[in-house]
Formats: sequence, C-alpha cells, structure tokens
Amino acid sequence: MPVISPSKTPMPIADAKERSKTFREVNFGYDPKKAVEEADRCLRCQEPTCQTGCPVNVPIREVIHLTSQRRFDDALALIKRFNSLPGVCGRVCPQENQCEGRCHIGDRFGPVGIGYIERFLADWERLHGSQPVEKAEPKGQKVAIIGSGPSGLTAAGDLNHMGYDVTVFEALHDAGGVLRYGIPEFRLPKDVLDDEINALVQAGVDIQCNVVMGKTITLDQLMEDMGYEAVFIGTGAGLPRFMNLPGENLNGIYSSNEFLTRINLMGAYQFPDYDTPVKSGRRVAVIGAGNTAMDAARCAMRAGSEEVTVVYRRSEAEMTARVEEYEHAIEEGIQFKWLNNPIEFLDDGKGWVSGMRCIRMELGEPDEDGRRRPVPVPGSEFVLDVNNVIVSIGTSPNPLLSRTTPGLDTTSWGGLVAEDATGQTSREGVFAGGDIVTGSATVILAAGAGKRAASAIHKYLSEKRGEPATAA
Amino acid sequence: MFEILHTRRLTPVTTLFEVDAPLVAKAAQPGQFVILRVHGRGERIPVTITDSDPAAGTVTVVIQEVGATSKMANELKDGEHFHDLAGPLGEAAPLREMGHVVCVGGGFGAAAILSILKGLKPKATRTSAIVGARTAELVILEDRLREAADDVHICTDDGSAGYKGFVTDKLEELITSGEPVDEIVAIGPMVMMRAVAATTAPHGISTLVSLDPIMIDGTGMCGACRVTVEGETKFACIDGPLFDATKIDFDELVRRNKTYRAEEEAALHRYEEAHCHAEAAAAAARP
Repeated sequence: MPVISPSKTPMPIADAKERSKTFREVNFGYDPKKAVEEADRCLRCQEPTCQTGCPVNVPIREVIHLTSQRRFDDALALIKRFNSLPGVCGRVCPQENQCEGRCHIGDRFGPVGIGYIERFLADWERLHGSQPVEKAEPKGQKVAIIGSGPSGLTAAGDLNHMGYDVTVFEALHDAGGVLRYGIPEFRLPKDVLDDEINALVQAGVDIQCNVVMGKTITLDQLMEDMGYEAVFIGTGAGLPRFMNLPGENLNGIYSSNEFLTRINLMGAYQFPDYDTPVKSGRRVAVIGAGNTAMDAARCAMRAGSEEVTVVYRRSEAEMTARVEEYEHAIEEGIQFKWLNNPIEFLDDGKGWVSGMRCIRMELGEPDEDGRRRPVPVPGSEFVLDVNNVIVSIGTSPNPLLSRTTPGLDTTSWGGLVAEDATGQTSREGVFAGGDIVTGSATVILAAGAGKRAASAIHKYLSEKRGEPATAA
Repeated sequence: MFEILHTRRLTPVTTLFEVDAPLVAKAAQPGQFVILRVHGRGERIPVTITDSDPAAGTVTVVIQEVGATSKMANELKDGEHFHDLAGPLGEAAPLREMGHVVCVGGGFGAAAILSILKGLKPKATRTSAIVGARTAELVILEDRLREAADDVHICTDDGSAGYKGFVTDKLEELITSGEPVDEIVAIGPMVMMRAVAATTAPHGISTLVSLDPIMIDGTGMCGACRVTVEGETKFACIDGPLFDATKIDFDELVRRNKTYRAEEEAALHRYEEAHCHAEAAAAAARP
C-alpha cells in the first residue's frame, strides 16, 4: 500500500509572469501517474456526498475507483453517461462549492481533486481516441434545441443518446454559446470545446449555426411547419447590463460580453491575422468581481495592458468568482480595489474615457440574499486613471425569442418561467433551462438543467407515442 | 456557407449580391439587416437587406467598399460563398398604411430604401424616392427604384443626372411645394442623415433614419452598438436600426464609430499591400 498524500496532488501550472502575456492554457493537467496518485486519495465513502454535490449527479466515487485502477476509458465512459462535456466541466466547474466542497477528507486535508481527475480523463480520451457511445432505438421524433451553450449541448447529447432526432440552432457562427464567446482560451482551450462538440456531432446531433431563433425562424414555425415535437430553450442570459452612469458611452468602455466576444469568438488577440480588433490600453478597470470579470481582467493583461484593476463595490468575502480564477488573477498581477463603486466616467476631451470617478463603500446591513449591502462613504470620492473600462456587472436574458413567441410566460426580469424539476414552460412541448430561467449562474448548473429537461422531454414524447417513459 | 448566386457591379466601389439564404429570405421584412462574414477569420459586419425573394430563397445585399472587409467582400464572384450570414436582424420598418412617404437614399443608401419602398407598394401609400450621388455613374439601382416608387428624384452634386444639388435641397423643395409629406425615411452616410433631420425638423415631419454603429453579434449580446436616443441608451441591433432622427445623439454616434479608425486603416493598408503583391506576382507569372 503506497503512502497516501494528505494534500491534493498539485496541478502543474504555467509560470504566472510568462503566462500573463499569452493565451496558452494556464493549467497543464495531470499525467496518468498524478491522476492515479490523486485517485488513490479517495476513501470510497459509504455515502458519496461528492456525488450529491454534483448538479448532473456523476457517480464520482466509481469514476475515481476506476481511475485508481488505471481503467481510464471505463472511467470516462461512466462520466459521459451523465455529462457530455467533461473536458469543459473539469476546467470550469466551481468544484469547491460542489463535489469537492462535500468531500469527507476535505475538512482535515485538501479534498480529492475531482475536477483535475475529470479533466485528465477527458484529455486522455482526446489523446487516445474515444469509444463509440451506444444509441437507443431511433424514436422517429424531432427535438429542437435553441442555443448551443452548456444547457443546450447537454440536453442535445442526452436526447440524441435516447434515440431522438436532435437539431441544435445557434445564432452565432460557431457553436458553444458562452463556452465559445465568454470563457477564454487560457482557461478553456477552444480545441477542447471543439472536440466535445464534434463528439456530439459524430454521435448524431445536427448543429445549425447562423440561425437566430425568433428572427430567422419562430418557435411556432419550428413546431407547426418543421415537425419538431418538442423544443428546449437554452438561450442563456446574454444581454449585458450597464450602470447608466454619466459618460458610460464614451469610447473605450466595453461590456465584458463585448470585450470577451471580440477576444474569444472573434480572435481579436490575434489581430491583424484575425480581422476584428480590440482595445486594451495601458490601464484598464474592470467593474465587478464574478468569473466573467476575472476572465475580462486576465484577458486585458494578456492583450497588452499593464495595469488591470478590478473594482468591486463589496468586499473580497462577497466576491462571486471561483477561487482558482481569483488566485490566478492575483498571481498574474491583477489588482483589486474592494469596496469602491464608480459613479462617473471622465472624458479625455476627445471622446475617450480617461478616468473613472469612484466612491468608497462600507458594508451595512445584509440585503435580501444575505450579503451585506454596500453603502457609500460620503466625501470619499477619488479618480482612477484608465484607458479602458470593462463593465462586468452581470447579464439579463435575451428577449429576442420571448418577444416573438406568444404564450411563453416570462418573469419580471425577463427570464422564462419554467418548472425547476422538468424545465416545463407555459407552453406544451416547450422546455427551458440554464441562465434563461435562473439568471446568470454556472456552466454546470446550466448543464444540470439541460439534463433534467432532457428527461422530461423524453417522458413527454414517450407519452405522446403512447409508451411508458423508460429510463434511457 | 452561403452561396452567392449572382453579383452585379453597380459602381466601381459598389457591388450587389444575390445570396442563397432561404430561411432569411422567408423571414426578411423591410428595414432589417443581416450580419455576414467574408471568411473564417473575418469580422461580422452588418449589411441592410436590399431585397428578398422568399420563393427563390434569395436575399439581395449591396456592399460599398470602405475598408478591408468590404473590399474583400466585393472581390467575391458568382458561385463563391459568404462564410456566414445571419438574419434578418433588427426591427422591421413601421410601414404607413396611407399618406405620402418620402424615402431618401444617399450613395449606396439607395439600396437600403428599396426594401422599404417595396414594402409600401401594396399599401395605399404614395411613395417618393430621392436618391443622391456625386455624379451620374454613381447613381445605383435607378431601374429598381422606379419600379418600386411612385416618383423618383435623382440628385447629383455635379448635375450630370437629374437635379443638381444635395438630396436635402430636393427634399426641402418637395416639402415646401405644398404637397403633403407624412413621413420621411432617410438612409445613407451619417452626414446626410443628420442633414435630412435638420431639414425636416422645422416642418415637424416624422423622420426615421437607419443607424449603422459598430456591431459584433447583432443580437443584443455585446452592446457595441449602443446609441443615445432621447437621453436613453438603446442597442441599435435589437431596438433599431430605425430611430426617430430628431432624438438621436449623432455626435456620440459619429465619435463611437471612429473607435477603431487606426486599426481599420492598418487593415486596409495591409490588404492593399497584399493585393498589390498578388497582382504583381500574377503579372510576373504571365508569359
């Protein structure tokens, strides 16, 4: 019996100074030896709380057991029965709040590196080729998936596996949704995303890009003219919020969506080899402290900025970014100004932003979601010199589809009304999940919603065929 | 990939493309636009829909060369492809059921007013088109406009065709001639749309213009196209592209459209150099 390390096997990682100037992936991943070493740390608990912490319910204990036996193909095949996107999730899930957050050895030692193992298994498959996934008897029923982000791809994978004819409609020219336009190359290489999407296409999922649902086709056309018997809406929360402050439309002020889309989807960091440019001046301020803000700040550093400052109206404790991203951002030289809020953007006289007037904040009483509400400190205003500003204070659901679809109930903030357990909306045969229902959340929560909706769609279509909904 | 079925050079710098895009053709409404990409590393550029034929499954767009991307587009030949084409995007033009609508098209804006004129044609609306160009050979689509509008007024700066003078002069003349004008739709260069707004404001005639700010996705996702309309920020891609001309902060729009001027010039320079090299190489290879 080998000696088991009390702490998590470290992830090999690129040097902070070097990596902060390139878009190459930060984490290198485990080799087989490290993966087995880490898998050996698992106690194989009687009650695997890690599994209940996973939004898509991956049988993590069994996956880790197979890994420690070096049965990597079997381990991955088991994951893939629950999650079509292991290469993505192994990289971007907030494991500390989910599986690893519930690991029994986590209290005394570091938790088992479940995310790192998942990532290793997915990369192993990419290197060594995948096994064909068996598909159920064709059901002869068509399902449309609107949006190719994490919820849509997950629902598509599951429904395809169950034997349905699945078509995914994507508005942009490339599939992946936020995984494509939002999450940067250094955190999720596009090759990994391409491979996971290609695996779905190989398995039989049809993906149609450049189709803007609600504009190119309406939902009614899909169901009435095109023969789709069920629809899953996973259009996300893609509309950027601004602060409505004076000077916000000055040149050089971006939404994080625009800044990240230019870089990730359009390849602006490779301008002029790619045609789309981006401005990332010497001093950049990023407003907000979620994962998107971390991505924007770290992209700015890589796109040539020298001083990148995250400005957040609350304190470090209320920050919503994933721990690893925050730590990596600090290592890469991103500065943080906690408890500061912008109140005005200043003009350099030529229409470009040159400064951001901020006011210091202090934490008051807890608000409705339990976080202490920030309140301005009178007379504490100051100006931060900036060449660019990236507003990253959250996104709202895109109204393109709900505006053109009668009978689809929306919430006061523009999200779709859908049952949590099934994704059932106010229209028969129409299901929804992910950020369009919950507001901005995580990749894996969206994937979980896509999964639940896929089961509900299977049940709905089975009943329509006059068959009991057997487990797929 | 979207096949280009037919191209037609309209002026030395303007090309008409008829593109195979059945879903877009079926859904397109007057005033809407598409986003297209010329190649796999290309920008997404918004282009107003000139015409659409649902039966044939085709969409017609007109592209004028202003930078590297539009120059690359205008090199494409019959049978070649746009890498991507998405749409129709934006809100359709509100079409008046009756009265007299004057559509003003400056330069290649003449192509953009065509879909609106065609949309108005079946209604009990009288339509006039005023199209302007520097000189006669730069007037585009006159035949198509004459089919679509009840009256067409051509204006050239040098008087080589039609009325000698600006479209705004002709518009002022039309308004003051005593003939009732109920609405004006103006599409073209920003300076022209601004001038039209200034012309119609004293007469209090409802005036719509189609804005072309910088866009990326065209679906409301990025906010690059934000414009201030009546003091409020709007996204031209989903709230527009047509807005009430008297309420737009044109200064802001002109300024925002210059954001990437340095990069655009560099890209154009690079394109032209590569183009020259290619031409020189082709010339050298000739026997």
